[in-house]
Amino acid sequence: MSAPLLELRGLAKHYPLKGGRVVRAVDGVDVALHPGESLGLVGESGCGKSTVARLALRLIPPSAGAILFQGRDISGLSDSALRPLRRDMQLIFQNPHAALNPRRTVFASVAEPLVVQGVAGRDGVLARVGDLLRQVGLPDSFLWRYPHELSGGQKQRVCIARALALEPKLLALDEPTSALDVSVQAQILEFLQELRSRSGLAYLFISHNLAVVRQVCDRVAVMYLGRVVEEGPVEAIFTAPRHPYTRALIAAVLPPRPAGMPEAPLAGDVPNAAEIPPGCRFAPRCPIRMDRCTRDDPALAGTDHRAACWAASEA
Amino acid sequence: MSATRPSFAQRHAATLRQLRFYAWSFGRSPSSMLGLAIVALFFALAAFGPWIVPYPLDATGAMNLGNRLKPPSAAHWFGTDEMGNDLYSRVILATRTSLWVGLTIVGAATVVGVPLGIAAGYFGGAVRAAIMRVTDVFLSVPGIVLALAIVAALGPGILNGIIALAIVWWPGYVRLVEAKALALRNEPFVEAARAVGASHARILAVHILPNCTSPIIVKASMDMGLAMLAAASLGFIGLGAKPPAPEWGAMISVARTYMPNWWWYAVFPGFAIYLTVLGFNLFGDGLRDILDPKSSRG
Repeated sequence: MSAPLLELRGLAKHYPLKGGRVVRAVDGVDVALHPGESLGLVGESGCGKSTVARLALRLIPPSAGAILFQGRDISGLSDSALRPLRRDMQLIFQNPHAALNPRRTVFASVAEPLVVQGVAGRDGVLARVGDLLRQVGLPDSFLWRYPHELSGGQKQRVCIARALALEPKLLALDEPTSALDVSVQAQILEFLQELRSRSGLAYLFISHNLAVVRQVCDRVAVMYLGRVVEEGPVEAIFTAPRHPYTRALIAAVLPPRPAGMPEAPLAGDVPNAAEIPPGCRFAPRCPIRMDRCTRDDPALAGTDHRAACWAASEA
Repeated sequence: MSATRPSFAQRHAATLRQLRFYAWSFGRSPSSMLGLAIVALFFALAAFGPWIVPYPLDATGAMNLGNRLKPPSAAHWFGTDEMGNDLYSRVILATRTSLWVGLTIVGAATVVGVPLGIAAGYFGGAVRAAIMRVTDVFLSVPGIVLALAIVAALGPGILNGIIALAIVWWPGYVRLVEAKALALRNEPFVEAARAVGASHARILAVHILPNCTSPIIVKASMDMGLAMLAAASLGFIGLGAKPPAPEWGAMISVARTYMPNWWWYAVFPGFAIYLTVLGFNLFGDGLRDILDPKSSRG
């Protein structure tokens, strides 16, 4: 296998609270993303998915761990040292309504990366922006429109055009469709699929929608309370999940034609990230908890399909 | 490549439509239009005053002792003062002073306060703590009292009055803009700009400042009236403009010894202050209704 495009090693982001407590938003994440691959990051709200994406793109500095982009650790680089690297990694936001400056035209927003990075001359910018808009399926007439004149799906296309302007190698997508209408979601997903097969981009695809992840991703990492609890090829995860949390997530998806409501597979709430329980962090809610789970914290074990669970490693 | 740059009107069709809508909704509010009319009248008088008043020399310390304290008449619409000068001329000519005072104070406060507020809100941390603590110190002392102290130290005079009021005026803008910038810095579009490698200067100029302008415009237009009132107050207690230079506060200060028998001497400058402050307040309120409709109408 080729060298990873992006590799996160023991990545952590801690936010200190008043009174000495610490919110461990991301608490030791190890994943790798290869060129052209699509890695899904799934988990409940607040489990640290978005924080991982922002750390990976170095929009925020990590508290610990390494971020290797094309083999180079970028975790400690300064803003100015990161600037040339920004060409290679871009971000798509969950809410396209807030991701465009309301005071700027579509042209100005899509041209911004080109202007900031100085990659196109004054005359080239207009041609390039028109080109990008056509790539995402918008006509030239949108160039001079303002965000409030566009629909949600159109705004998301503009955001994608902006992210593609620098021809990145890595695209982090932070729930790119969850703020859109269902019919528009399908269009955008289809476009993203086609874009990847055409350009060989690598996706870091964040979602809590398992069906979307199954459709778009090659590999999946399941996150719980700031840590990856299971990681592997998408089909293996969905057909043979090893971690009880992954099983519960998959069981929680309602079937299209339900015979009856399934039982709630998980009891209780996600613990506070400032008070992560000792041992396995999933233990308090785990249906197959053993004595050992409340004492020892399991690490990700396995080769291609890894899980952080004592029960899985024994089986 | 067929995309050509369309004409200005085509490119900015949405902006022009928005402006037309603003004008339309502003025009639908009678109080806003009254404010606009008063403000427009005020600006016109400030611009053309010296050419339309009947006795332009009466503002320069002329003496006409045969005409002392005459009541309003056809020759002297607002009556005359203790020097025999025409009050109508002096009240009109004082608009220019007030306009200059108001624009300078609000302009200086904006120029100082807005960049500080944006920096405090955007950078946060130690920068914010430093800027906001200084701002809090200024805000914790009543403005006019602090201005009095500063003028007392600098010495009376209209220029020193303006300097003093500008010094006490800027913290309000820091507060206003800081809150707005603090909310904006976490907007995804700011994060997107950082993700493409935009510098802090570019983000502040292109993404933060243009989205802060509505509340600044509203506050500045309302502060015009208040700044003039504060300057008139300084004039009234003898720390601002000095007679014979025409200034409403200073005129009322002299006129109060002639109350109530020579009522017109105090009433007309007082009414001018009242009308100007009212006009700028109504105008500012109207601007807030169209530019910032979500904010509470205090």
